[in-house]
Amino acid sequence: MAGSTLTIKDLHVSIEGKEILKGVNLEVKGGEIHALMGPNGTGKSTLSSAIMGHPKYKVTSGTITFDGEDVLEMEVDERARVGLFLAMQYPSEINGVTNADFLRSAINSRREEGEEISLMKFIRQMDKKMELLEMDEDMAQRYLNEGFSGGEKKRNEILQLMMIEPKIAILDEIDSGLDIDALKVVSKGINEMRSEEFGCLIITHYQRLLNYISPDYVHVMMQGRVVKSGGPELAQRLEAEGYDWIKQELGIEDETVGQEA
Amino acid sequence: MTTETKLPVEKENIRSYSQQNNEPSWLSELRVEALAEFENLPMPKPDKTKIDKWNFTSFKSHTVESEAFTSLEELPEEVKTLIHIEEANNLYIQRNNTAAFAILDEELKNQGVIFTDIVTAAREHGDLVQKYFMKDGVKVNEHRLTALHAALLNGGAFLYVPKNVEIKEPVQAVFIVDNADTALFNHVLVVAEANSSVTYVENYISTVEAENGVANIITEVFAGDNAKVEYGAVDTLSKGITTYVNRRGVAGRDARIEWALGLMNDGNTISDNTTYLMGDGSYGDTKTVVVGRGEQKQNFTTQIIHHGKRSEGFILKHGVMKDSASSIFNGIGKIEHGATKANAEQESRVLMLSEKARGDANPALLIDEDDVTAGHAASVGRVDPVQLYYLMSRGITKQEAERLVIHGFLAPVVNQLPIEGVRKQLTEVIERKVK
Ligand SMILES: Nc1ncnc2c1ncn2[C@@H]1O[C@H](COP(=O)(O)OP(=O)(O)O)[C@@H](O)[C@H]1O
Ligand SMILES: [Mg+2]
Repeated sequence: MAGSTLTIKDLHVSIEGKEILKGVNLEVKGGEIHALMGPNGTGKSTLSSAIMGHPKYKVTSGTITFDGEDVLEMEVDERARVGLFLAMQYPSEINGVTNADFLRSAINSRREEGEEISLMKFIRQMDKKMELLEMDEDMAQRYLNEGFSGGEKKRNEILQLMMIEPKIAILDEIDSGLDIDALKVVSKGINEMRSEEFGCLIITHYQRLLNYISPDYVHVMMQGRVVKSGGPELAQRLEAEGYDWIKQELGIEDETVGQEA
Repeated sequence: MTTETKLPVEKENIRSYSQQNNEPSWLSELRVEALAEFENLPMPKPDKTKIDKWNFTSFKSHTVESEAFTSLEELPEEVKTLIHIEEANNLYIQRNNTAAFAILDEELKNQGVIFTDIVTAAREHGDLVQKYFMKDGVKVNEHRLTALHAALLNGGAFLYVPKNVEIKEPVQAVFIVDNADTALFNHVLVVAEANSSVTYVENYISTVEAENGVANIITEVFAGDNAKVEYGAVDTLSKGITTYVNRRGVAGRDARIEWALGLMNDGNTISDNTTYLMGDGSYGDTKTVVVGRGEQKQNFTTQIIHHGKRSEGFILKHGVMKDSASSIFNGIGKIEHGATKANAEQESRVLMLSEKARGDANPALLIDEDDVTAGHAASVGRVDPVQLYYLMSRGITKQEAERLVIHGFLAPVVNQLPIEGVRKQLTEVIERKVK
């Protein structure tokens, strides 16, 4: 089977009673790289959180399916185990839990009891991926994200991605706050994952990252909807001209959520 | 106010018990006086916990008879796991009120180190014990329970480290309660002379369910000038035992006392852990973890009292409360007049796992000197749903995610315990208690 399919149809999401997403349609398949772009406050993180099942975000209507299965019926951990992954814009810090212990739990959660990954094999894999991501060795024994710099957190999200090997990953602003060297390293990690089995939705508001990871599809989000879709050329035009032309084209004055077109 | 207290022990019994042990006369006298005084002393008043209905004084008999262990192989399994059997060179095991096993490294003996049960110590090293026993640490007449303790003393250990002796291997004591009728009046006295260092770890472990049991435990630690004492403890007394446990330290010039306490009793417990930083440049560090469950009521008071200039005190307490357990966490950093450049820091964190659990963190800084630094942080909260979401988003089940968060929350203290077996045991106890 060539990869999985994540399908989002007419998705409406609210947070604390306020509607943020107002009918999102999107489909990501194995082998495809999608870029979801758009200025701040347009609902991109809300979409990613709703897909993963963040407790604060409420889906009021629409559907999310993964290979035809109803994602909205699944608990957060079940969503992860069917093959979804979200590299978060703001990962949690967890005191007292080492990065290595956490990752091992994550890997073992996908295995039967008695079939757990051997410690040696785990360490070998983790060392290898950490090296590729140019991470300090001591990051394995540090507490999860605690006291990590912005860049370290981003690398750590990609480390998890590479260790867990999901079928469909959403990367929410994995590029923000990274200098050019870190950006290259992170891109290297993501490109390493590319295969017919792996689909990816990259959320960003800069085109910068897309210089290193070329997307197959580009979508623009405004006012809680996907307002424009196209190929890689769309990202290039956004880089050259900004978002204003889309706003003009669609008659949008304020692109953030809460304003109606 | 004094309430009528019926003790199962009379003055005459105390005298004959003392004689039977061949105790020096100072100790017999101290016992008899304490017994006479006890009725007229007030109960301790742990802040914010009412203990007037708790049973500290009623128990079946003063001591129970137990067999000693002839080898470590005879130990109950749960005790074996605490000990590195092949490597245990410095070990004391007490079974109920009986000194049941003791070894001490020959080389240390030759250097003058003493490690033995408290009765033997009083007999063989009477002057040394007398110099420290219930004088500058815990006073006999502090309150009713200290006097009761002095009168009924029926177990414990004495560790003496002479000047300049550095003990590399940990020294371990295990206090086993395997008879439901045991009443524990246990005293641990640790004396580390100038420039010495030692790591001592103790376990209180019940292997039976007691009903209406009593434990009255006092520890006194004296760290001489520039000495260093690391003191680890894991208490796991069973549900039916009401515990009063008082662990005190007195630090001399540039001395360090570091506590790592896993207070995991299943019964009602009053714990007082106080460190007196007497000497200039002395250092006190207290790390405590607590798990409360069932209907348990507990009060944990941690104090560091600064007398010495440039003395530094750190209090760190992490507690997890579940079911209907309730706990009070009092933390006191006290800087006396003249303790210039002292630094008092404390942090208390309580994590509640159920609606009915209660936890109060009360930090206090009492400062009688201008030129000092001090700080405190306290929080009482629940498991953060966003943290759980993050862990679960990697496939980890909710139950496992909660387990990780709870262990992580307690890890800063657990990791501090100096013996691996004890650290593991504490982790397992926590696992059992939070499940
Ligand atoms: N936790 C929250 N509480 C209240 N409002 C929120 C929360 N998260 C997002 N929002 C609102 O939802 C809108 C979209 O936010 P977000 O999805 O984070 O946008 P983006 O990721 O595109 O920058 C914003 O108006 C923001 O204020
Ligand atoms: Mg965002």
